[in-house]
Amino acid sequence: MDLTLRVWRQKDGQSTGTLETYQISGIIPDMSFLEMLDVTNERLIEEGKDPIAFDHDCREGICGACSLVINGRAHGGFSGTTTCQLHMRKFNDGDTITVEPWRATAFPVLKDLVVDRTSFDRIIQAGGFISANTGGAPDGNAVPIPKPDADAAMDAAACIGCGACAASCPNGSAMLFVAAKVSHLAHLPQGMPERGQRVLSMVAKMDEEGFGNCTNHAECEAMCPKDISISHIAKMNREFIRATVRGE
Amino acid sequence: MDTNGSLNGNVPAGPLAEKWDNHRFNMKLVNPANRRRYKIIVVGSGLAGGGAAATLGELGYNVDCFCYQDSPRRAHSIAAQGGINAAKNYQNDGDSTYRLFYDTIKGGDFRSRESNVYRLAQVSANIIDQCVAMGVPFAREYGGQLANRSFGGAQVSRTFYARGQTGQQLLLGVYAALSRQVAAGTVKMHSRTEMLEIVLVDGQAKGVITRNLVTGEIEKHAADVVIMATGGYGPVFYLSTNAMGNNVTASIRAYMKGAYFANPCYTQIHPTCIPVSGDHQSKLTLMSESLRNDGRIWVPTKEGDPRGPAEIPEDERDYYLERMYPSFGNLAPRDIASRAAKRACDEGRGVGDTGLGVYLDFTDAIKRLSLPVVQQRYGNLFDMYEKITGENAYEVPMRIYPAIHYTMGGLWVDYNLMSNIPGLFVLGESNFSDHGANRLGASALMQGLADGYFVAPYTVGNYLASQTPGDYSADSSEFTQAADDVKDRIKRVLSIDGKRTVTSFHRELGLICWDYCGMARTDQSLTKALDLIPALKEEFWENVSVPGGGDELNPELEKALRVADFLEFAELMCYDALVRKESCGGHFREEYQTQEGEALRDDEHFSHVSAWEAPRNGGRPVLHKENLEFEEVEFSVRSYK
Amino acid sequence: MGRFAKVLQSSIGAKVAMAVTGILLVLFIIAHMLGNLLMFAGPEATNAYAKGLKDLGALLWVARIGLLVVFLVHIGSALRLWRMNQAARPQAYAVSESTMVTYAGRSIVLTGLLVLAFAAYHLLHFTLFATNPEFAQLHDAQGRHDVYRMVILGFRNTAVSGVYLVSMILLGLHLSHGVTSLFQSLGINNPSYNPLIKRLGPWSGVLVAAGFMAIPLAVLAGVLK
Repeated sequence: MDLTLRVWRQKDGQSTGTLETYQISGIIPDMSFLEMLDVTNERLIEEGKDPIAFDHDCREGICGACSLVINGRAHGGFSGTTTCQLHMRKFNDGDTITVEPWRATAFPVLKDLVVDRTSFDRIIQAGGFISANTGGAPDGNAVPIPKPDADAAMDAAACIGCGACAASCPNGSAMLFVAAKVSHLAHLPQGMPERGQRVLSMVAKMDEEGFGNCTNHAECEAMCPKDISISHIAKMNREFIRATVRGE
Repeated sequence: MDTNGSLNGNVPAGPLAEKWDNHRFNMKLVNPANRRRYKIIVVGSGLAGGGAAATLGELGYNVDCFCYQDSPRRAHSIAAQGGINAAKNYQNDGDSTYRLFYDTIKGGDFRSRESNVYRLAQVSANIIDQCVAMGVPFAREYGGQLANRSFGGAQVSRTFYARGQTGQQLLLGVYAALSRQVAAGTVKMHSRTEMLEIVLVDGQAKGVITRNLVTGEIEKHAADVVIMATGGYGPVFYLSTNAMGNNVTASIRAYMKGAYFANPCYTQIHPTCIPVSGDHQSKLTLMSESLRNDGRIWVPTKEGDPRGPAEIPEDERDYYLERMYPSFGNLAPRDIASRAAKRACDEGRGVGDTGLGVYLDFTDAIKRLSLPVVQQRYGNLFDMYEKITGENAYEVPMRIYPAIHYTMGGLWVDYNLMSNIPGLFVLGESNFSDHGANRLGASALMQGLADGYFVAPYTVGNYLASQTPGDYSADSSEFTQAADDVKDRIKRVLSIDGKRTVTSFHRELGLICWDYCGMARTDQSLTKALDLIPALKEEFWENVSVPGGGDELNPELEKALRVADFLEFAELMCYDALVRKESCGGHFREEYQTQEGEALRDDEHFSHVSAWEAPRNGGRPVLHKENLEFEEVEFSVRSYK
Repeated sequence: MGRFAKVLQSSIGAKVAMAVTGILLVLFIIAHMLGNLLMFAGPEATNAYAKGLKDLGALLWVARIGLLVVFLVHIGSALRLWRMNQAARPQAYAVSESTMVTYAGRSIVLTGLLVLAFAAYHLLHFTLFATNPEFAQLHDAQGRHDVYRMVILGFRNTAVSGVYLVSMILLGLHLSHGVTSLFQSLGINNPSYNPLIKRLGPWSGVLVAAGFMAIPLAVLAGVLK
């Protein structure tokens, strides 16, 4: 396959970036998108040029490190697929592919396609946990958890924290990410004691980090590589209303 | 090769089942009010590192935790699919602490330390309780009780799981606990920061030198104790199921400073990975072993058969596992299944474009169980397979091939998980201790969390109780020297300005390791590897091309430093494999096999841990042996016929 | 009040406030529309209804002030959230390919503002008579303000009718996203009634727009005279 790549290049956080065009040939359909970028980088290095920086690690769709907005869609926009699992057979010979970093104020670009997602860490630090010190936990079966609740918690907990939701949202909103954690813990009895404070703190942090808010387009759900449903956002809204009404 | 007396594992006295309890009682404690005066460095934020950092933070210590990823939530523990073992006996099927202990020792081919393994089995139950308390959404039965499954050929159902994402859920539990401590101010998290050197002061580990991967700044961090939980060294083979960034740098740096590296030749191959599709391949994807429950593995009987699988009639197919191991068949253990696949491909009977693959065929399963049942059991795996290969495995058989998955070797540690360098603790996959020569399925997560949550917090406290808090300074000459060494190394690698990319070296190194120190090793192949690796290392330092500078985000530089360390390590691994003249677990020497082609252990000569000390002035590494004494179990031979 | 302000400060709190005020506004609009449709019942019904409203006296003022507060909270929150969203995503993608974002959703702030401008004009037109002082002088046989006549006269002007018609399309668009969306903001999301919620927005938009537009169209067509 011969492709025309338009890739966002930006030296560092202070510089302004621009889309640069690269012609790349000899791409085979079995390559993953990141392997295609590897090959491009190998050639750039051989030509004495600066390779394209991008985040990646596990390359099996679970660590959440890879990102990239490909032709206007986060992770390329294929259902349940992260960029590292996207293969070049989804593209056609002669295609022009535009690759951009996640764009959101709360995800500043560090270099090229690499962005800083520590805002997500700080939101979790605001309350995305159950305060249970190591040791002294009761037996795992002491509190039965109905299977539907455990399943619903797992649905939400599948979030990989990649940021595709905030990147694809026209409002740069992290609601799906925050909701996934709130909903995960709100479905479990162990999450009950901190239920109210958790949602209030996490939402306050989300606002403070400069994420936008939800206008209910559901673009995040469509782009989420783990197919997390916006029903979790509704759940978070309920949790928020509950905590507010109770004056927590 | 120089052999000193047996290394002392500092195993407490007393009956096996009471060692840990006695030891805990005998350990010194740090007064709660004093704990914040101690500073602890934790390198790595996976199950072991993150778990230790969070727990030590909860106890009130001052913790600095480092990870190279952009967030601790991305540590590669996240990728474990299958589950986590625990001797809970919830299923009332005869499980017990002792049985888990025994299975782990036997599974490790009697090459692990009995006392450590027993402790692992003991704390396994606490791990599940702790994880449940922290909100890990384990699978549940309709009655609300925890669900279990049998995994990796175990006779009991002791594996807890969260769909196919157990590692992810456990890691996110650790990450949550860690985040809570970050918020509480007890843990300071340094993400996108890579440890490049360890600093010893008067022979004690007192800190690390790190590189900020965004700014390139070389930082000096001093502390009372250093904990490394930096994972395995699988990517020395380039292609593995590990993450792209996983590396051996922290371990090899500690090794260079005098820490012993134990059993580097114990590497685990996983039989059911998606085969390599070409030179571009950067990583291999594991498919759950559970596929072997219903899929049948075969290759054509004819060499180089050009026909597609559907055109090959039944009598021209070789279901080799069923043929060779009639009682276990397709469920033969990982190492045995892997070697059998390699043999078939070496005979020219491999399938796919590269000839490096065997069929895993569900045609019979679909006939027997119906398509919907197969879809329900394995649908997500079939989807993943289709995503990667573009093939529909309901219609054409899957192609699988073994891949490097886990490394049992690691830095040598005593019962307290402290290396031979005082003040350097090593946890999780990066130590050598619990899995012997072969790790059982669903045991890696167990060990990581056991070390991080339940062992290190005690033993590190015991060590600290003997230390004066704050007895370190990042401004001392040792730190300055170490930082200068790191800067020089970076400067050197950037100044070579050669012709070959870092990846091309890594790929070549990986091929050498895979071909000569992979699933089957011989004296000849290892000798060859030991010729090729130093030559490659030499070429690397003359001809590698690393673009960009040191004071910026430079992924090529990161890779170059890691590959340089893999080149150091590969030699050690091959050398260990050369001198271990027996076959055991993940280490298979073709010279040492039974007539049926099974691993032939030599308990008389090799029932020891090989702990390697870095050569002082060139030459070969120095061997220290820790003799493995088995008080409770007796040697037996694994048989899967 | 302090707590209320604090809730409004939060993005979700503001969204909930928008949903609650949105419900009130929709109820107001539906009541208004039903009142308007009395035009088809003739002058007597229309003028009696108008007189009835006027005769509420103080109560009317309470309702008006309440409505104003609801409006202000709805609009104020919307603008604040909109500013936050603009700040959260200042740089657009070079290639942007949304799969889910609808025109109604994307333009909801714009349609809201245009409807607001229309509301101002509408008040000046039919309530305060600022644009047409002569409307104040219209009285029917019983001496009531002849609202029926005023509407007929007002809508005979095609430019004025045009403004009303276009504005009602905008209102319909606004509701078609807003009404569906408010359920999600209030946390109401369940697979069994989601399909209904999804249809509720567009249908309420169409019905409200059609109900309001019927009158100027009928006047222009000469059905109402």
